[in-house]
Amino acid sequence: MKLDSQSKLRALRRKMIEVASSAKEGHLPSSLSILDLLWVLYSEILQIDPKNPTAHNRDRFILSKGHASLGLYAVLSEFGFFDVSELSTFGKFSSRLGGHPDTTKVPGAEASTGSLGHGFPMAVGAALAMKIQKNPAKVFCIVGDGECNEGSIWESALIATHHKLDNLTCIVDFNHSTDRALQLGDLVKKFESFGWNAISINGHDHEEIRSAFTQSEKPLAIIAETIKGYGCKSLENNPSWHHRSPSSEEVEGLIKELR
Amino acid sequence: MSKGGMRKQFVLTVESLLEKNPELSLLLGDIGVFGFKEAFKKYSDRVLNIGILEQSTIGVAAGMAKNGLIPIVHTIAPFLVERAFEQIKTDFCYQNLGGNFVTVGASYDYAALGCTHHCPGDIELLQTLPRMQIVVPGTSEELDQLFRETYSNGSPTYFRLSERENPISHPVKFGKAQVLKRGSEATFVVVGPALKNLWPLIQSFDATVLYYTTVAPFDRETLKKNAVSSKFILFEPSYEGGLSREISQAMEMRAHSISTIGVPRKFLTNYGTAEEQDQALQLSTDALKNRIEKILDSKVLDSRHEADLNKSPEVVQ
Repeated sequence: MKLDSQSKLRALRRKMIEVASSAKEGHLPSSLSILDLLWVLYSEILQIDPKNPTAHNRDRFILSKGHASLGLYAVLSEFGFFDVSELSTFGKFSSRLGGHPDTTKVPGAEASTGSLGHGFPMAVGAALAMKIQKNPAKVFCIVGDGECNEGSIWESALIATHHKLDNLTCIVDFNHSTDRALQLGDLVKKFESFGWNAISINGHDHEEIRSAFTQSEKPLAIIAETIKGYGCKSLENNPSWHHRSPSSEEVEGLIKELR
Repeated sequence: MSKGGMRKQFVLTVESLLEKNPELSLLLGDIGVFGFKEAFKKYSDRVLNIGILEQSTIGVAAGMAKNGLIPIVHTIAPFLVERAFEQIKTDFCYQNLGGNFVTVGASYDYAALGCTHHCPGDIELLQTLPRMQIVVPGTSEELDQLFRETYSNGSPTYFRLSERENPISHPVKFGKAQVLKRGSEATFVVVGPALKNLWPLIQSFDATVLYYTTVAPFDRETLKKNAVSSKFILFEPSYEGGLSREISQAMEMRAHSISTIGVPRKFLTNYGTAEEQDQALQLSTDALKNRIEKILDSKVLDSRHEADLNKSPEVVQ
């Protein structure tokens, strides 16, 4: 990982903790879980212009696990989709930035997600639309591992295979937080059995993330092994923080822990 | 009018629009595949038999709509409306996307297939969704007119196809009710194919008859302008009373009573034909005649009567 990336990511984590605390809202650990994935996507993979977020040929990114919106907003603001200062409005009555992203409000949010299992089918529809319109743009989607309990994920995986959507990449944020409810087993094998190419990576290693985005004749599943709450020790794999905002007294301690 | 009924008309209408509009795409839930065989050949990239997975189909259609296409999703009513209801709400209505949901198997059209294939709750369920347009044509010709007028207007639209059609078509327009007849004793509000069994009786009663093929948005203006007396009878092809709220809101601050004639809220556990179900549910023409006469003969209690009733010890709890 480049040094400037590390320092920028640390600054983003800090900002996310402060914003969640002040808003008394947000799913911090889920957002931290995908921050490295988002960082590599937006800095190196996605062909997008923040100043023209609806350009016809832009790559599409859909955050299907919409409760990690704080991570998406942090990255979108960092890359210039809107001003960083807007992050402080998160969760407020008139803000564009809600607990789940609203595509009609947030520049760069390609779908309104929140209810799990909705964003990925939309990503499949977007990839299908690109094929129909002969648009070379690619479609990327992050789903949660808990979200993979939803039948619509697997229904849509079948559709993607049948229609040969080689322009589609699904990244599973495999932080194992819902193993306690339903074991998913070997997700690489599961996606492969659905006709996808699949690879397992360390979802916090930027080099591994970068290398995973290979051109494939099939839809591609990247099973990203992640740590929920990554980057802040107290939050890591700690279910009690799932939808808890730090009090103002806790903020300083959490910031001190940041990687 | 198409001889094959609304299903055949749907094929003809969509085939002609596919040719005109390269953004139009069709997703079939593994039904109607034979009917669209020519379209499959001609437009193989955007006419797809997507499979039997309704939730994802709606999501996929929303992804297509978000990226410039105009999707039509077609399958049997309960599987589209009830199984994929949240997808319609979140993926289309909330995200302000345009798309078309076209169903067959209205209410108990598939009487013999049993309750899993009945869907008399579709209209009322979809009425709860902001932005949802609901179109209930009474004939094939009306379907053609309403579909062409509406399919690309950028809103999510439900088209409820029926196996049974009204005897004649009316010059329908999206969002507008038609005044079929004027009278003075009551106002009949009739939705789409509910007109079929009422039609032979329509001249027998001194009533104004308003015909609705668009349920949402509901045309309150025509109702307000043409309502006569305080008595309304609502004829619906779906669960009875679904449009009562709309009538009440249109008649706000004006005394009115609404009698509802439609499908009762119960599982229809008999089989047979739709006509036999009509008989059993008191929705045949003969039964309608008796029910209407009874309603028209009854007096609407006014507020003074209500006050008297409230004084009665039997009523006061």
